[in-house]
Amino acid sequence: MVLPVAFFALFFAYPVAAIVARGLHVDGVWQFGRIGDVLAESGVRHVLWFTVWQALASTALTLLIALPGAYVFARFEFRGKQVLRAVVTVPFVLPTVVVGTAFLALLGRGGLLDELWGVRLDTTVWAILLAHVFFNYAVVVRTVGGLWSQLDPRQEEAARMLGASRFAAWRKVTLPALAPAVAAAALMVFLFTFTSFGVVQILGGPTFATLEVEIYRQTSEIFDLSTAAVLTLVQFAAVGAILAVHAWTVRRRETALRLVDASVTARRPRGAGQWALLAGVLGTVVLLVVLPLAVLVERSFGAPGFGYYEALTNDDGGIFLVAPIEAVGNSLRYALAATAIAVVIGGLAATALARRGAGRLVRGFDALLMLPLGVSAVTVGFGFLIALDEPPLDLRSSWILVPLAQALVGVPFVIRTMLPVLRAVDTRLREAAAVLGASPWRVWREVDLPLVRRALLIAAGFAFAVSLGEFGATVFIARPDNPTLPVAVARLLGRPGDLNYGQAMALSTILMVVCAVALLVLERLRVPSRAGATGEF
Amino acid sequence: MTQSRQSPQSPQSLLSLERATVRFDGRPVLDAVDLGVAEGEIVCVLGPSGSGKSTLLRAVAGLQPLDSGSLSLDGRDQARVPAHRRGVGLMFQDHQLFPQRDVDGNVAFGLRMHGFPRAEQDDRVRDLLELVGLPGAARRGVASLSGGEQQRVALARALAPRPRLLMLDEPLGQLDRSLRERLVVELRELFGRLGTTVLAVTHDQGEAFALADRVVVMRDGRIAQSGTPLEVWQRPVDEFVARFLGFDNVVAATVSGQVADTPWGKVPVPEGSAQGPCALLVRPAGVRVVAAGEGLRCTVAARTFRGTHVAVHLSTEGAPRLEAACALREAPEPGDEIGVVFDAAEVVVLRR
Repeated sequence: MVLPVAFFALFFAYPVAAIVARGLHVDGVWQFGRIGDVLAESGVRHVLWFTVWQALASTALTLLIALPGAYVFARFEFRGKQVLRAVVTVPFVLPTVVVGTAFLALLGRGGLLDELWGVRLDTTVWAILLAHVFFNYAVVVRTVGGLWSQLDPRQEEAARMLGASRFAAWRKVTLPALAPAVAAAALMVFLFTFTSFGVVQILGGPTFATLEVEIYRQTSEIFDLSTAAVLTLVQFAAVGAILAVHAWTVRRRETALRLVDASVTARRPRGAGQWALLAGVLGTVVLLVVLPLAVLVERSFGAPGFGYYEALTNDDGGIFLVAPIEAVGNSLRYALAATAIAVVIGGLAATALARRGAGRLVRGFDALLMLPLGVSAVTVGFGFLIALDEPPLDLRSSWILVPLAQALVGVPFVIRTMLPVLRAVDTRLREAAAVLGASPWRVWREVDLPLVRRALLIAAGFAFAVSLGEFGATVFIARPDNPTLPVAVARLLGRPGDLNYGQAMALSTILMVVCAVALLVLERLRVPSRAGATGEF
Repeated sequence: MTQSRQSPQSPQSLLSLERATVRFDGRPVLDAVDLGVAEGEIVCVLGPSGSGKSTLLRAVAGLQPLDSGSLSLDGRDQARVPAHRRGVGLMFQDHQLFPQRDVDGNVAFGLRMHGFPRAEQDDRVRDLLELVGLPGAARRGVASLSGGEQQRVALARALAPRPRLLMLDEPLGQLDRSLRERLVVELRELFGRLGTTVLAVTHDQGEAFALADRVVVMRDGRIAQSGTPLEVWQRPVDEFVARFLGFDNVVAATVSGQVADTPWGKVPVPEGSAQGPCALLVRPAGVRVVAAGEGLRCTVAARTFRGTHVAVHLSTEGAPRLEAACALREAPEPGDEIGVVFDAAEVVVLRR
């Protein structure tokens, strides 16, 4: 427990404190009026308003499109279901930069729609909303569908035997049971879109900015660190509130429901209506998920042969000090280091949290560990930037800075994956081993490790994918001569010219392939019978 | 009172607890318990749920530290000895077999922890599986075992490292009745043959009486009575023990001489009974049905067939119901008016 606490104190609490000091402690005095001043600016209010309404609109749109999908995945059995489940999950681990680029290739200037019908959406809010739906489709399908598939259909049948119509039975029995899961999923989507950075950065152009984007602009373009700090605090407060509500709905979701094994609730669709629903969902997935990625790959081959890919190996492009392709190696190295850190820290924290009789203090820490997940990568990156670049702790020139930030974002995933499995290990199994002569260390090795090995691998895979695609924090602190893949993509997109555009597409494709491979490995490792255990965030 | 309590300090005590106390949130769960278990003895702790019997086992195993008092094994204090160094075995209530290992992996676990050589492990596992009646089951997964088989594997696992004290927590709790009755006989035979020292806890008096050399009845973290099964059965010390053993004919009474004054009238008591106010137990066998007009006037309220006899429930004016045990052919019908007399040999004066 000591190590995780120290890690979070040093790399999360300390940077956040530094942000607070930077924003409110001006000229040696605390000036809380700064908050009011900044919020009164019309530009800032515009950003706040946009952040909120686009998040609300994205959430509503995602629910509208994804809930039928959740139903289909929960209740229907059809060929290729496993593959389809993997396909819709791909976006969840895809880097935001890749998603932004893919939608740019679909909807932007010279994009597929532009070529076909002359339609461009990249200057409208629709591009952002659609990208958000793309991203969060899996969140809803997994969270709601996971629960839905475990609800006992006999409960509905019981209601129908008592005289309820089909719809009344659904409304009175299934819907109330699902409501907390829907609420939790909606809150997660709201949180992710509220703190959206990469997508908006790429698709938003100069017109649209969320708080995250505005914080980044204030920091890296206007150099107004104090305003950025105040905005970070506003974001911090908002995210804290959302997370608190989420924790509350999760607790409600845990109230006694009759759950059965998911494999017994699904059956083949019957009748034209159900087949049409299945076809509709398949169509949605193809249009929304497959098409943008396909277009991205297609555009990356826009130059003759592997032209754009070959261009990546040139180091005379002038944008970077090194060839863009070196970003692949950087990303992999950083992601490996970040994964190792996240697994050790997250594993230790999860082990401590799983111990029965963990006090209130420890449970409070549980919630605290989730903060970096929601508090947004930009906060982490900005905090690192202003806190860790001067004595007592100067890591500015150390390569470890990037993996540390990425690990901070990855740790909550590790904990969320490991905690349920560790909690499910019966304490008495450990006691049985102890009485048979196993020392505490051997108990862990002989009892805990075999039971959580898979969860550990899955957690590592998630941490790896998250680190690989991490953009918001990395963009602040990655050194110019050592860009990661997402950072390189963003820089290429920031430059004019077809070659840069094509190289961005090519790099994004590489990143997507690496992430997809990681995900496929994860799907194979998925803990059976614990549906949704890996996907519920 | 014939309480044959082993002095905790007696030299042959393998396990001895002195004023052992465990508190949960300030509430004592074990309250100044003194208990000794001699080498080779089978002691069964009997008590309702919440009486602290499982906590007693956990304290001996080292899974639950004592808040005060002391605990020693072979005369050595165990306060600073962690669970894995105590050399005791514990069979858990629901077995707690390691799900990811097969039968062999479970039974050999303790041997591995103690660093036995591989060949010796194999020999011992084979012997033990033979002993518990599961020869050749070594490669089976534990999920494929029936409840009775799991119980046997758990027993083999606990016995494998040759613990100096074997503890059993509700060893037969989850098995069905006929299997339980068979296994309890097997267990007693086995422990006798191996000379194992056993401390078991159960809430089932039948199990305790069949298994134990000595029964310890617990109530609210304290020892209410300790003695051989026969002693405890024949002479429960107080109303709690009597009722826990299933006797319901217990009333407040006042003894003077050889007679007790009770709501059921005058009841004869054995010679030498303690004088003055007390609780009085009349065993159903001591309630004799006689012709109406003789003895205590009763009405038959209900009768239940119990296999060897018929339990007859009698209601009397202004007194608790009485249960009488009647021979199958002599039992009166519900609604009959009868008389009742009491047999002093089946009457026990209890501590209040």
